[in-house]
Amino acid sequence: MDVLTPRTLDEALRLKSERPDALPIQGGTDVMVELNFDRARPPALLNLNELAELRGWSEENGRIRLAAGLTYAEAMQTPLPALAEASRTVGGPQIRNRGTIGGNLGTSSPAGDALPPLLVCGAQVRMASVRGERTLPLAEFVTGVKRNVLADDELILAVDVDAEPGRQTFLKVGPRNAMVISVVSLALRVDGELTASFGSAGPVPGLVSAPLEDAESFPVQVAAAAAPIDDVRGTAAYRRHALRVLTKRALERCLA
Amino acid sequence: MSTTAPKLELGRVGEIVPRADGIPKVTGEFAYSSDLNAAGMLWGHTLRSPHSHARITGIDLSAALAAPGVHAVLTHEDVPGEKLYGLEFQDQPVLAVDRVRYYGEPVALVAAEHPEQARRAAELIRVDYEPLAPIADAETATEQEPLHPDRPTMGHGYRDDPRPNIVRSLVIRHGDPDVEADVSVSGVYEVGIQDQAFLGPESGLCVPDGEGGVDVYVATQWLHVDRDQVAPCLGLKPEQVRIHLAGVGGAFGGREDLSMQIHGSMLALHTNRPVKIVYNREESFVGHIHRHPAKIWMEHRATRDGKLVNVRVRILLDGGAYASSSTAVTSNAASFACGPYQVDNALIESLCVYTNNPPCGAMRGFGAVQVCFAHEAQMDKLAAALDIDPIELRLLNALQSGDTMPTGQTIAGTLPVAEVIRRAAALPVPEQEELPRDPLRLPGGSGNTTRGEGVKRGVGFAVGFKNIGYSEGFDDYTAARVRLDADGSAEIHCAAAEVGQGVAGVILQVARTELGTEDVTLAPHTTATVGSAGSASASRMTWMASGAVRDACRAALEERDRNGGGAVDVERIYRHPRTSPLDPETGQTTGERSHVAYACAAMRVVAEVDVELGLTRIVWIGTAQDVGKAVNPQAVTGQIEGGAAQGLGLALMEEIQTRDGLITNASFTDYLIPTTLDMPPVVSELVEHPDPDAPYGVKGVGEPPTVVSTAAVVSALRVATGRELTRVPVRPDDIVGL
Repeated sequence: MDVLTPRTLDEALRLKSERPDALPIQGGTDVMVELNFDRARPPALLNLNELAELRGWSEENGRIRLAAGLTYAEAMQTPLPALAEASRTVGGPQIRNRGTIGGNLGTSSPAGDALPPLLVCGAQVRMASVRGERTLPLAEFVTGVKRNVLADDELILAVDVDAEPGRQTFLKVGPRNAMVISVVSLALRVDGELTASFGSAGPVPGLVSAPLEDAESFPVQVAAAAAPIDDVRGTAAYRRHALRVLTKRALERCLA
Repeated sequence: MSTTAPKLELGRVGEIVPRADGIPKVTGEFAYSSDLNAAGMLWGHTLRSPHSHARITGIDLSAALAAPGVHAVLTHEDVPGEKLYGLEFQDQPVLAVDRVRYYGEPVALVAAEHPEQARRAAELIRVDYEPLAPIADAETATEQEPLHPDRPTMGHGYRDDPRPNIVRSLVIRHGDPDVEADVSVSGVYEVGIQDQAFLGPESGLCVPDGEGGVDVYVATQWLHVDRDQVAPCLGLKPEQVRIHLAGVGGAFGGREDLSMQIHGSMLALHTNRPVKIVYNREESFVGHIHRHPAKIWMEHRATRDGKLVNVRVRILLDGGAYASSSTAVTSNAASFACGPYQVDNALIESLCVYTNNPPCGAMRGFGAVQVCFAHEAQMDKLAAALDIDPIELRLLNALQSGDTMPTGQTIAGTLPVAEVIRRAAALPVPEQEELPRDPLRLPGGSGNTTRGEGVKRGVGFAVGFKNIGYSEGFDDYTAARVRLDADGSAEIHCAAAEVGQGVAGVILQVARTELGTEDVTLAPHTTATVGSAGSASASRMTWMASGAVRDACRAALEERDRNGGGAVDVERIYRHPRTSPLDPETGQTTGERSHVAYACAAMRVVAEVDVELGLTRIVWIGTAQDVGKAVNPQAVTGQIEGGAAQGLGLALMEEIQTRDGLITNASFTDYLIPTTLDMPPVVSELVEHPDPDAPYGVKGVGEPPTVVSTAAVVSALRVATGRELTRVPVRPDDIVGL
């Protein structure tokens, strides 16, 4: 297995174009699990850790740009309340120091903790290849369980979100009190309207919006929008139930 | 290649002595069995069955043999000696012959230059399977085709139950089991499959000695019984196989059965090269036995004022595909089914069956955990039915020295049940913390699921007990050897496995006490220089090693006196009081005692439960435990805290999930064990009443906290939720009522 380590974004895009089979790696918190369990043996890894272009976050024209290499530990320091709360739920300190927002997007798991808070913030995913750049809403970027629109020669550069967060919160259910994959999660934003996004309750993170006056029926609306399954982490019935409870509690927090 | 505990400057029996391996383990410097290395070493890998039940119709090794770096590919045909092995019954193939009976059963072995090459080559082995319908339901296993037509566990003095797939069927009749009473409460309780989840996966290094024998460096619990299983399968004499203890990363019963010992030795002898095998986490979950899942039916009959009259119990244990130590677990579950209470009449039926589910065997608590969960739920239920305080009800019925067990055994040693109840009940429970709080201090923890909404508090209580040492007539002994040098220094040899419980320290404390010198070292644990120590199991090792080392030290001093000085080298064997088998028809003891001794613990738990989401935070645990005499109080406290955590894990989250016998969560992503946020502070009261039969009065301390904590945690959850919660682990669905 080759490990390719570009020093600049241009070099990375060129390498990805030459080696479309190279699997991008940042913190490795998803990729290394696959390698360690021998579930994947990509011909090459494209190590993106040296790219300054993928670090940090910035604010410009009412939008916040989160570079793909932003770690969860760094995301906890952004002015995005739901994303900060969601990042706090990820793994332990070591994982939060390594895992990145770009990796969460790249994996596109329905249990990806960063996805619901990004979705409620109007996230747009910026991608690039030697052919140029493009931007898509996050809801269109993720197409199925661990599937997305990223082409073989493309890399995720950043995700852009609204800088005015409104009132937000994030809640995640797991059967232990830390270091757990979400059984079901919910991000809520109240900002002129109600916007909720849930994780682990359908093949892709769900997005539900309603006018403010629908607050009372909103928990039921959110639960109804979910398409959960029974799996080793929980039952469909519980996930629907929990979504109602989480949405109600999130509304109480954000409307208080 | 083994570790020798460094000399300590202080510390005799009863003193606090810091662990010699504590700092190396915390800083990552400790050498575990997976860290072993030898020049010219090859890596072994085990090909395992993807089916829970299948016939093997053909195996083609040609592609694997041609793969790069491969030195050997072996199947059952290459097993040099006996094809079957087993901890107590020889019913398990070293490598599957014509049939696989569980998911992950070993089928073939590969040795290669690099572990990746070994894995790749194993994938190239073509095994033709004809899948068979798995027996996945323990309740109907006795109506299915036999998985072991030769009935390997029959004819060992057990009750002859003619039905197929019986591992052991035990009935204990005590008094008049039909007697009625004023009040009766019943319940059905279920326990999921718990895993030992030790952090150090199975691993070891096998080194051929150039003379046909082999040295095995491995993380295990009982060196000599490993040797006695390995040697016949290799076609070797016992002394040609030397087992040496390598660094153990936790055991909890999961290393009583063999894992890689025979496999690695076969590859090493075949290639004439050292061979190392290290399981990964997924393989570890299929590579060892688990705690028996159980279904337990109980009825308690009592007088109106709360005195137990008659307890009727039916226990069904799923033993999985092979016997392991299931017959003893079946017996233990029956022995302790009534709890630490005086009961004059009882009918206890305990049945363990073969299925195609994961094999089950020894795990901390060994049958007592499952029944404690059930009998303590029943005691709470009875207290509610009678409107008596649950602690008063327990005190009213508490067993004590001189009382009779359902097996007819009179309790000869100490058993301060009432005292542990009183002392645990007297521990002050912390005040409820005010809101708002950091979410980390609420149910759901870092998930930020509540600011206090839906949270209810409950205080629960439970009592449990268990035997110390091996039972039912087993010839249980420990050897120790002491070498005194002319300069006054001493070297102790004892094969007692240091599995993290601290027995290495115990041995040194005893030797320093007896020899009156601090200049004592502990030689590497091995079969090569000393007799068997028995297993680091059954909460027996401290008692047994203390006895053996004490006796050997005293004998060495006597011999030196006789010789008028100089060097001496003395080996002594210590035996605890003899036990007797149970009568196969009545379940009554056929001698004075069937268990050596007992230890009890009581535990009080404060829980906060988010009743709308079904999430839990255990706030506080207070416990009082009957420890006989604490050799090293700090180590005892550590055992209590760790044991409580393991029981809490079973109560709240730990379960191996299966579908048609296939394990569906063989990872630490989906098999959850408690984190530091899930495990509260523990207040431990050590209740010291030296046992008259034990050296220094010591009792084992590893299991009682695990036995009682599952029951105590769920008791607190019941108080908080008002729900019956008859199954562990308790799922969020159960609390919410879905």
